Amino acid sequence: MSDHPTPSTAAESHDHGHSHEDIARHVKGYFMVGGALLVCTGLTVALSYVDFDKYIGGHNWNFIVAMILAAFKAGLVAAIFMHLKQEKMTIWKFLLFTAFFCLGLFLLTLLHWVDPISGTTRSHHF
Amino acid sequence: MQIPYEVSARPDTGLYNAKLGIWLFLASEVMLFGGLFSAYVFLRVGADDGYWPHGLLNVPVGTFNTAVLIISSVTVVLAWASLKMRQWFRYKCYMGITIALGILFLVIKLGYEWPQKYVHFGAFIKKDKWSQYEEYLGNKRLAEKGLEPRPEITGHLHEVEINVADADKGELDKVLKRGDFKIAKEEEEGKVLTVEVHSPGAAEDLTKVPGAILNPEEKDPSKWQRKEPGVKIEAFEVQLDEINANPDSPENDRPHFVPRSLSDKVISIKADDVSSWSAFVPKHSSYFAVYFTITGLHGLHVLAGVIVFCYFFFFGEKLYRKNPEHMANRVEVGGLFWHFVDLVWIFVFPIFYLL
Amino acid sequence: MASDTVSHEHGHDHDHGHDHGHDDHHELGWWRKYVFSTDHKTIGIQYGLTGLCFLFFGFMLMLVMRWQLAHPGVPVPHIGGFLQWLFGSSAFESTPDGVPGVLSQTGYNSFGAMHGTIMVFFGIVPIAFASFGNFVVPLQIGAPDMTFPRINMASYWFFFVSCVIMLVSFLVPGGAAKSGWTSYPPLAGVSDTAFHPFFNGQTLWLVGMIFNITASLLGSVNFIATIIQLRAPGMTWMRLPFFVWAQFVTAFLLLLAFPPLEAAGVMQTMDRAFGTSFFMPTGLIVNGQIAHWSGGGSPILWQHLFWFLAHPEVYVLILPGIGMVAEVIACNTRKPLYGYKAMVGAIFVLGFLSFVVWAHHMYMTGMGAKVSGFFQTTTIMISVPSVILVTALMLSLWGGSIRFTPPMLFAATFLPMFGIGGLTGIPLAFNAVDLYLHDTYYIIGHFHYVVAPGTIFAIFAGIYHWYPKATGRMLNNFLAHVHFWGSLVFINCIFMPMFLQGMHGVHRRWWDGGGKFLPDGTQQLTYHVAGPVLHWNGFMSNAAFWLALFQLPFILNFFWSMFAGKKVESDNPWHATTVEWDTPTPPGHGNFTKPITVYRGPYEYSVPGADKDYTPQTEPPNPDKPATAPAHLAATPAHAH
Repeated sequence: MSDHPTPSTAAESHDHGHSHEDIARHVKGYFMVGGALLVCTGLTVALSYVDFDKYIGGHNWNFIVAMILAAFKAGLVAAIFMHLKQEKMTIWKFLLFTAFFCLGLFLLTLLHWVDPISGTTRSHHF
Repeated sequence: MQIPYEVSARPDTGLYNAKLGIWLFLASEVMLFGGLFSAYVFLRVGADDGYWPHGLLNVPVGTFNTAVLIISSVTVVLAWASLKMRQWFRYKCYMGITIALGILFLVIKLGYEWPQKYVHFGAFIKKDKWSQYEEYLGNKRLAEKGLEPRPEITGHLHEVEINVADADKGELDKVLKRGDFKIAKEEEEGKVLTVEVHSPGAAEDLTKVPGAILNPEEKDPSKWQRKEPGVKIEAFEVQLDEINANPDSPENDRPHFVPRSLSDKVISIKADDVSSWSAFVPKHSSYFAVYFTITGLHGLHVLAGVIVFCYFFFFGEKLYRKNPEHMANRVEVGGLFWHFVDLVWIFVFPIFYLL
Repeated sequence: MASDTVSHEHGHDHDHGHDHGHDDHHELGWWRKYVFSTDHKTIGIQYGLTGLCFLFFGFMLMLVMRWQLAHPGVPVPHIGGFLQWLFGSSAFESTPDGVPGVLSQTGYNSFGAMHGTIMVFFGIVPIAFASFGNFVVPLQIGAPDMTFPRINMASYWFFFVSCVIMLVSFLVPGGAAKSGWTSYPPLAGVSDTAFHPFFNGQTLWLVGMIFNITASLLGSVNFIATIIQLRAPGMTWMRLPFFVWAQFVTAFLLLLAFPPLEAAGVMQTMDRAFGTSFFMPTGLIVNGQIAHWSGGGSPILWQHLFWFLAHPEVYVLILPGIGMVAEVIACNTRKPLYGYKAMVGAIFVLGFLSFVVWAHHMYMTGMGAKVSGFFQTTTIMISVPSVILVTALMLSLWGGSIRFTPPMLFAATFLPMFGIGGLTGIPLAFNAVDLYLHDTYYIIGHFHYVVAPGTIFAIFAGIYHWYPKATGRMLNNFLAHVHFWGSLVFINCIFMPMFLQGMHGVHRRWWDGGGKFLPDGTQQLTYHVAGPVLHWNGFMSNAAFWLALFQLPFILNFFWSMFAGKKVESDNPWHATTVEWDTPTPPGHGNFTKPITVYRGPYEYSVPGADKDYTPQTEPPNPDKPATAPAHLAATPAHAH
């Protein structure tokens, strides 16, 4: 959203990024990312049967581990398959806003359970 | 009139229109699924101890389906790359595989996973009756170990015992004559029946039989008053799941990768001791409510993607011959949507199947 | 590049002015041209007319309610029988003497819920956002159309389907939704299902809303993409008219805030149709019996998801209005907007903050002190950008040579009216005060000042301002003045007493205005507090009917001027600077007949040394010299397609 767009460079880099050789090189990367995703899926399943809480102590470690793996996989899909890595600033900007608001929706509604007025809610944990 | 930047990028933004459009759309999709996932978190955190079930889904099938979606994501990006390199035949191959995988995903989901749930039975026992069913719930041991209680008995519903004293006889006969019911036993001069049912849904149909008409002299059917309820379920005869057959076995403390089969044990549960019962359908619990809503909505997205890809597959050639770059852009945009659907599944899979 | 396209397409059309002729296209049929049109102007007008009809319909619902509040138990005069025939016996009942046409309690709830729904989602958003946005935004940025014309058409038809569903819901057994426009569960989860499992008021409301939301999403994607992609050469971000900025931020609010409500709508539909318990707490008792569903849900979840949309929705209602008012004020004061950059900054901050204030609607739910504290703070913060906007517009009037044209009358009045609405909102931001004022007429007065003499006056300003561009004819000045002064007086007579009533604790959901409920002695305390102000009900209702009467000149003017109004003398009758006035009148398909290049900011009025008091954005810096845009933009090669 700059006031001073630089059309020529932007156009060139766009064409440059998608030349035939580049694409051919990317294809190999796509296979590798696909493989990584499959491995991560297997890992997610396997780790979900390990009782982390028992070994580490505390709560919800399985949840945290699974979410880290899922976020990693999602990041791979977004960055490589969806080309977000090379994507333009405009898209990044509103995606960051979206992520922020989405997080707000999650966390602010959860505040409700952090501090319920006594007697209005039941016991709770994961 | 031609809209600018339909194919080539606008220099100062570096984007062609459709790419910006699909990303904006995906941003709103993030918020849509964000709303549903926040409902999941909110309800799960707020759930009473033991009322968020674990291990009810088929993990191997879910894992397989996850792999299906991931591979389809790879093939769709390869289809786009083939178009970029102007290899029409390879594009057709990859796109064909993508469509096939999308359909496979839907078939597994809708044709195998969901129907399995419709015939599984679950009954939540009222809290003050837990002690009567201790040998199937095992709550004493769970409490000692500091684990969440087990409020539910699950399995396959074989028979229900129903009291039909107040039922409208004609309507009842109509329902009972349907193929999926068989009367196993009649007691108290036909007032109490034991009926074989094939699914909890069928048992629910029985409860919907209206009561006898109290004012049959009234001509207008809309003014008829009826006894309530027409059919009352007295007891359920359930073939128990392994987990309820051996509730004290430590093996059952955590879910298993391969779903455990049914046990041989068949018990009778009094309907009065049950707070709510149903098949593993949305109304079973908050868990299945969110599960079916999110996977259903996700399935609709998969379906939409498959339809769009079919269009690209069967009707794309004309555009490709005219303007291959335009066609590549379309596939890229469709692919972005498809990756997003994959991305949602990457979160759906662990939170419903594994955690 | 946009301009290159246009010049290519319209190169031969210069002499024909505004006809639809295309060199290489056959003429579109009537259906494609006026009904299933992809032209943003036609779609804008479709949205506008549909929205105006719903605005009128929502107003009529309110009039029936106001009759009931002033004269509880008295049949609606003259048309009571017709209403009872139309809406059925659940919404209207007969008096003991058999005279039909008394609004029943159910009917009052239903009309109240639908008044809110229709005014917000089917009246103001379609007009202020979709209609003006569609018609004006592409013209103001020098674009030939929206980025995705077919999606634009789909957006309107999704909206149309949602309109039909909402109207049909009045006619199904049991009548339209009656759980308030907020549809709070568990009430909304259990209501109406007795009539039909699917075709009942509340379920149709949800389905209608899902369609409406889909339409809004398609629309907002289109708006954002258009503003980012289709700006004419030279139309840099800081040269955008403020209205475009307002629409840009509004589109983002709709894009990101609406989906959670769509999710919530799907969930409530599941609750009603498939017996789930998303919003149903454990152990809920309905009609004296413990409900049979699994429970485990939370009504507060619905409120979170609903207000996550509905608070940004408040800004969706007001921002396009502020944008229109800014355009009209700049044009009619003949001077630049005061603090244009600050306004742009403020509107972004406003949009951003509007996502983190939603739970101030929920202080009464017992959601906890930490949540309330957080949202109280953000709510106070959001008043800062709002005040910046209004102050900048106020200061824009200072020292201007104001022309009191009809659009300017409405725009200038918008400022104090919106000011009253905004300032009365500040006490409500505070948790402690809100607990007392919640659900009283004070709230009703507060938000109606924002949207009725606020947004709706802005909409009138917009209609009077852009009508000549859309039709080629001016609206009648005398009728416009009658419309304005009547509306201004009576709209204040309706809403001002509401503050008084509200502070006396008159509750917004008393179906008889408190008249029958209070004097029977069971509510002594309430009676002593609220009783003395109840007589205002009659005054307010009379004012409402007078307000309705003073809309007639507008309706008459709107249709009469279309055929018999004074023809505009030029394409730029108001001598405005922005690009939309460079099109033929009315603009043809593709909008511009000559390449558009923008050379200057949006509000160059009364520039010292200029030969006239306005300098259009498209006017080159010095007419004696050949046209030059800023080098980096004008020199862009035309490789658009």
